Formats: sequence, structure tokens, C-alpha cells
Amino acid sequence: MTAYLLKRLIIAALTLVLASMVVFAVMEILPGDPARLMLGLNASADQVEVLRNQMGLNAPLLLRYLHWVAGLLSLDFGRSYTYSVPVIELVRERIAVSLPLALIALALSTIIAIPVGVFSASRQGRAGDTLAMGAAQLGVAVPNFWFALMLIYLFAVWLRLVPAGGFPGWGAGIWTALKSLILPAIALALPQAAILGRVARSALIEVLNEDYIRTARAKGLPYRAVLWRHALRNAMIPVLTILGLQFAFLLAGTIIIENVFYLPGLGRLIFQAITQRDLIVVESIVMLLVAAVILINLLVDFSYAIVDPRLRGRQ
Amino acid sequence: MTMRIDLPEETLAGVLAKALGNRSFLIGLVITLLIVAVALISFLWTPYDVARLVIADKTQAPSWAHWFGTDHFGRDILSMIMVGARNSIAVALVAVGIGMGIGVPLGAFAAARGGLADEALMRLNDLVFAFPALLSAIMITAIFGPGAVNAIIAIGIFNIPVFARVARAGALAIWPREFILAARAAGKGMTRISIEHILPNIATLLLVQGTIQFALGILAEAGLSYVGLGAQPPMPSWGRMLFDAQTRMVTAPWMAIFPGMAIVITVLGLNLLGDGIADILDPKSRRRR
Repeated sequence: MTAYLLKRLIIAALTLVLASMVVFAVMEILPGDPARLMLGLNASADQVEVLRNQMGLNAPLLLRYLHWVAGLLSLDFGRSYTYSVPVIELVRERIAVSLPLALIALALSTIIAIPVGVFSASRQGRAGDTLAMGAAQLGVAVPNFWFALMLIYLFAVWLRLVPAGGFPGWGAGIWTALKSLILPAIALALPQAAILGRVARSALIEVLNEDYIRTARAKGLPYRAVLWRHALRNAMIPVLTILGLQFAFLLAGTIIIENVFYLPGLGRLIFQAITQRDLIVVESIVMLLVAAVILINLLVDFSYAIVDPRLRGRQ
Repeated sequence: MTMRIDLPEETLAGVLAKALGNRSFLIGLVITLLIVAVALISFLWTPYDVARLVIADKTQAPSWAHWFGTDHFGRDILSMIMVGARNSIAVALVAVGIGMGIGVPLGAFAAARGGLADEALMRLNDLVFAFPALLSAIMITAIFGPGAVNAIIAIGIFNIPVFARVARAGALAIWPREFILAARAAGKGMTRISIEHILPNIATLLLVQGTIQFALGILAEAGLSYVGLGAQPPMPSWGRMLFDAQTRMVTAPWMAIFPGMAIVITVLGLNLLGDGIADILDPKSRRRR
């Protein structure tokens, strides 16, 4: 198993390095001079040149890349051009909204999808299964931001149960803050749950046809125990794979959903940064999200080894 | 689980009979054709001119004159949805084209060559997968500015590794077969075998994946346009219409309801079609994403 884990770790590290090169290269070819941007239009060419030297912009390409990476590793992302504060401070503030949102959505989608998948698989072809999978088919087709708008209309405009948008901050009390994350989390979670539910169902159906399931039933184990203990565990690999992929979609989804609900998260920050051409902020957030995706996929790879004992024996 | 690719006992008539008996396929096909027809009709005729602003008619509720109501500029929502269908279909179609055009040769090459080339390709795949389509769109927009073309590129780039993976997996299953051995014995080269023998045998796999990516492309385009990274006004697009609707949810909910339903119906139709094709061509296959 060590060899398997080591290989995944090396691949993840390699991907991360390549990704950082891509992000750096993109920012390199962007038009616009950060020094000019910071000093404003009235600055003289000399002033700009002095600042360029101070910022290290005149150093050779490789040196600048290494400097940037070293900064990232020590959580020093540089200073925002427009806010004039370290980028890490902005990110820390915003991540306190985005991360809980993504995690609640992920948890919600798993809590909905797994029981639905088990329900459908155990009633394959019957009315309950058809209904659940019909709903899932519909769920896959619904764009999360439109679903969000409909939720706002129903629960915030009509029923007035939750706020339509905005975020009071965690200082306003956990419950108050959570209340404004409920609708965004549901909007993110349901379409993902539809995908996950379908995968869980088909993985389970495949496992339920295996000989060892028949053996477990034949030796007198109750159906429920076989379904939840034996079958579900063996169906976990495809489910975990999708869960990992979904995290990437969830992060992207968070960016859009935050704009629907006016949540002050990373998504809002990145769009503000784009319009203000605050490229160092864009660069940092993109790199952060890409690193998160790579890390989650690595964790998924590791979790295979926990779920599937066969992998533990290999090599 | 791998898809069975060879169906020697299948005849065209047999496949057709199966197709007519497959509910997913039929419903999906009807919806898809309907949407394509709507998009095509919009070139010739729409109930109202979407380029003309009639402020006197702004934000009118659905009525006989305007079935789906009007927007904040007095434009007819139904007409805008019709014209918007063009944009959605064009973006998603070209993005699938980019994905297939680059991804399939890469995947086929990796499968044929194996070894280092294969390993390198899979690592490149990992790299692209680390950038969700929205993130690449954000970076591309940061460079070139927002627009429909950049949305196509962003979604297309994301499609490349998807098709490369499907083509590689499909091709790997074909290469060990006898008829490939026969072709090699006949002196055919790697490229020729890939084109003449591998490609026809993985075509159905690619078709199913293409339908799925087409549906995902429509969702992605709507998302990008919604956040302002896709089609720019005045070009009507479903995502952009939803953006305009957002601040008017209380006064004009129809501005949000109908474009959203257009997206849902289109994506639903394409997914049903993809499921149907997969079922018809291989009854054992269950769709995986």
C-alpha cells in the first residue's frame, strides 16, 4: 500500500507544480503593469521603474517564479493592488464563508444521495426507484444558480423564512450566520445529490449482483445488514471518486452561488478582483482553489486504500 | 465495468426496433429536436424583434400577447429564449467539437503507444482536471476579456481530458483483439489502425459521452453568462437573462422562471437522449459520469 500512496502523492505534487506554472504563466502574459496600476496614471516612468525594481518585477522569469512559489508556501501571497492589504488577510476573511458553505453543501448532498441510492437500488425497477431516478434525472438538469433564484423566491420572498441574501458574519451568532447559508447550501447540494444518487444506485446494483452478496444472504444475514454493511462498502469506490470530482464542481459552484446570494466569500472576491484588475488576488485565489482540488483528489485516492482492503495488500 | 463494444449480432433493423422501444431515447430525441428546431426557426421568425426595446411594454406579466411576459426593456421573453437557444447550442456544440477534436486523437495515441506517452498524457489530464471550467474561464477572461468565444474555449479545454480518457479506455479494450492483430500482420501502421479500426469501434462510446458533454456545456455556458463571463449583451443568452432577472425576482418572477425552464428542459432532453443511446447500443451499460 505504501507504494500506492507514494505514487499518488508524487503525482499530486507534480500536478500541483505544473498547475502553479500554468497560473504563473497566465499572469505573466497578462497585459498591464502592476507597478503602473499601483502608482496611478500620473506617475512618471522613473517612479514606475523604481517600484518595478522594488517589487522584483525586473528579475529574471525563473527567479520571479521561484520567489512567487516560496511566497505561496509561506502563505505570503503578496499585497492586493486595490485593497493595499496582504492578500492572505483578504483570503482568510472570505474563506470563513466559502469553506463552511462548501462543506455544508457536500455533507447535505451526501446525506441525501446515499439513502436515495440505497433505496433505489434495493427496489430496482419498481415504482419507488423510477420516481427517485426521475427526480434525479431532473435534478441533474437544473442549473444551481437558477435553483437558487427559485429558492429565494419561495423561501425568502414568499414565505419570508430566511434572508434573501447577504451574510451577517460569524460574529452575529452561529445560528444567525448559518441561517443565511441554508439556502445557498441547498441550492448547491441538490443538483450534486442527484448525480451522486445515480452513481450510488448503479454502483450498488452492480455489487448486489455479486456472488458474495448471495452468499451473505444464503447464510441468513438479514437483507438490511447485507445492503448497508456489505454492499454499500463495496460500492463506495465509485461514490468516493464522484465525491472527489464533485468537490471541484462545488468550489466552482460556490463562486457562482455566492454571487446569487451576495455572500462575501472567495467567489465574490475573485469577481471584484477581476473587474478591478487586481491580478495578484485573482492569481492567489485560483492557485488556492486548484490546490484544494488536487488535495481533495489525493485524499480520495488515500481513502480508496481504507475502503478497499484489496488495495492495502497490493505491492 | 466496461462497455461492451462489439455487437456482431446487431443489425440496423434490430437497433432501430430497440430505439423505437426505448422511452428515454424517444423522449430525449423529441425534446432535443424541438430545441434545435426552435433555434433554427429563430433565424427566420420570432414573435417579436429581440433587438427592439419597447419601454412602454417593460416587465409585463405573461399574457396572450407575450406568452412568457416581457423583460425590463420590454423585450418579449419567448423571442429571447428562442434566440438564446442558438447561443447555447452553438457554444456547447463547438466546445464538444474542441474536446473531441483534440481529446480523441490524444487518447487514441496514448492507447496505441502506451508507456511514457501514455503516462505523460494521463498526467496532463490530471492537470486540466484540477482547473474547474469556471476557473479556466476566469483566467481566460482575465487575459482576453469576457465573451462567447472565450466561454467556448474554456468549456472546450475542460472537455479535452474527458474525451481523451474515454477514447483511451475504449481503445485500450480494442487493441488486444484478433482483428487488430490481423491488421498489424497486414502491415498497417499505428495511425492507420487507429483511424480504420479503433475509431469506428469506439464511436458509440464517444457519441454517448458527446451527448453528456453537450448537456454539461449548456449548463456551463449558462453559468458563465450568468456571472458575466459568457455572451455579452445585447446578444440574448439564457444565463444572461437570469442575471437580469435576479434583481427583479419580486416584481417580475417570470423573467427568471422561463429561461431557467428552457435550460432544464434542454439539458434533460440531452441527458435522456444520451442514456437512451447507451441503453440501445449496450443493454448492459449503466451510465457513469
